[in-house]
Amino acid sequence: MINDGLPFEKPILDLARKIEELENNPSAKEKDLETLGQLRKMYDDLRREIYAKLTPWERVLVARHPQRPQTSDYLALMVDDFVELHGDRAFRDDVAIITGLGKIDGKRFLIVGHQKGKTTRERLSRSFGCPYPEGYRKALVKMKLAEKCGLPILTLIDTPGAHPGIGAEERGQAQAIAANLYELARLKTPIICIIIGEGGSGGALGIAVGDKLSILENAYYSVISPEGCAAILWKNAENAPQAAAALHLTAKDLLELEIVDEVLQEPLGGAHRDPEKTAQTVKEAILRYLGELQPLSTQELLERRYKKYRHLGRFLEGAREVTL
Amino acid sequence: MALRRFRFRRKKEMPDGLWMKCQGCNQLVFKKIVEEHLSVCPECNFHFTIPAQKRIELLLDAGTFQERYADMTSIDPLGFKDRITYAERLSAEQEKTGLKEAALVGTGKIEGRQIMFGVTDFNFLAGSLGSVMGEKITRIVEEAQEEGLSLVIVSGSGGGARMQEGALSLTQMAKTSAAIARFHDAGGLYISILTNPCMAGVMASFASLGDVVIAEPKALIGFTGPRVIRQTIQAELPEGFQRSEFLLEHGLIDMIVNRKTLKKEVARLLNYLAPAS
Repeated sequence: MINDGLPFEKPILDLARKIEELENNPSAKEKDLETLGQLRKMYDDLRREIYAKLTPWERVLVARHPQRPQTSDYLALMVDDFVELHGDRAFRDDVAIITGLGKIDGKRFLIVGHQKGKTTRERLSRSFGCPYPEGYRKALVKMKLAEKCGLPILTLIDTPGAHPGIGAEERGQAQAIAANLYELARLKTPIICIIIGEGGSGGALGIAVGDKLSILENAYYSVISPEGCAAILWKNAENAPQAAAALHLTAKDLLELEIVDEVLQEPLGGAHRDPEKTAQTVKEAILRYLGELQPLSTQELLERRYKKYRHLGRFLEGAREVTL
Repeated sequence: MALRRFRFRRKKEMPDGLWMKCQGCNQLVFKKIVEEHLSVCPECNFHFTIPAQKRIELLLDAGTFQERYADMTSIDPLGFKDRITYAERLSAEQEKTGLKEAALVGTGKIEGRQIMFGVTDFNFLAGSLGSVMGEKITRIVEEAQEEGLSLVIVSGSGGGARMQEGALSLTQMAKTSAAIARFHDAGGLYISILTNPCMAGVMASFASLGDVVIAEPKALIGFTGPRVIRQTIQAELPEGFQRSEFLLEHGLIDMIVNRKTLKKEVARLLNYLAPAS
């Protein structure tokens, strides 16, 4: 039933194993079948109960689940006629970010998404979804094409963070991300951003500025990884669970902080338990957002986008708390 | 070379506070001489981090700085607590630096010309970008546009986006960048000056977005901190990695300017790019 569980799923796994044993028992009596029915109900209740009160850290683990749907899955499940476009026209094709043209329900989009990879080989080639500067520049080149040809942009965010390394610094990681923040603020086409897994800091933000920003229920979005935060503030990376709670990085927290526009529900047990259903939810949201954004004039669109970011921040001015 | 003489005479036990270790050359240097050199190491030209107030004195004409939004302070939007609370951390930083927050903004003059000015101070929570810095920078960018002034921002932020305000800090990167995009579209001129250190969220937003980007010598500038990179790649980093000279060589900044001539150079650029009408 489930063989890829996370630590907190152990009671669920134990129960699943019991159910499986009974199901496969050829000498099962009527009494056993009754028990089986009860166990199945218990199983559903237990899953619901455990998933209803996941800690922030447990959600981070769900967001990082190796089977969690990635950009490539969404492309397969909700996009028709995908044409992948490669390269930044300057240095290299960074495959930690996939870019291309595709149709969702017949509507044309330019799609940009982090891709972590599934097999070890793929993960290595995509540097675990951690883009180099050329990844951000590739995204920008394609997004400018979308602007020119009047295509809306969809970005799918799923990265632990921008790549930390010598080459990335030599080629201007900070400059590449900054350039994207700057350009995304002024691209004259609707931009829809959805955090599907990990929203790791600047590496996520580099393709996460737009007219809509939504997040899947078990995805997270954070200024720093919980481990990084724990290493700095607790002087010990093992305090990551506390850091995850302190950082307010869950979908629900981000909705309360008005950083995201909507939380998209995942199937019980996480997106990886039912990728089709998750993709359906994401697809419906995208089409809804497009319907809302498309009637706006370019001027209205850009004004709204500016205000969306302009009003973020909480502070005191004198003794008064300012709401922007 | 008065300093060399001092160094040779140095006894094993030195009086507290007279000497300091240079981060650039690891030599012990006489504090007073460093201060007389605008906080620059006379041995290796390493430019020490200086407080925001000192930066204002060095860069702006005397008495011309008119601070804006001086009464803006941080709140604790997340109720953040690690080993101590964010509120406690803020009070400690305020006491230590005499600043209310990590950025000072306002107007001032450089060689007689009125500009919009901002400076971030590494001494206050590593010069990290939170709601207050994000809002102050955004406001002066907007006001530079409204008032037709050129903009000069000196960034000294090793901390990047401030962890204690979570994703609210992260989104300040987008907010400040969006304001700068508008300012540029309206024809405004922005000179960004990078000082030691300038990393992560600040560097990946407004500090990188100048029309001209200047760095002081030997400043640590980049996205990911060197310690994290070293841990990730499990290897030593090349000599001079992420220093101003490295960035210049890789085409990431326009020029390196000594603190001593910084004001003159900024004035020269302003005269070229935004001559007073």
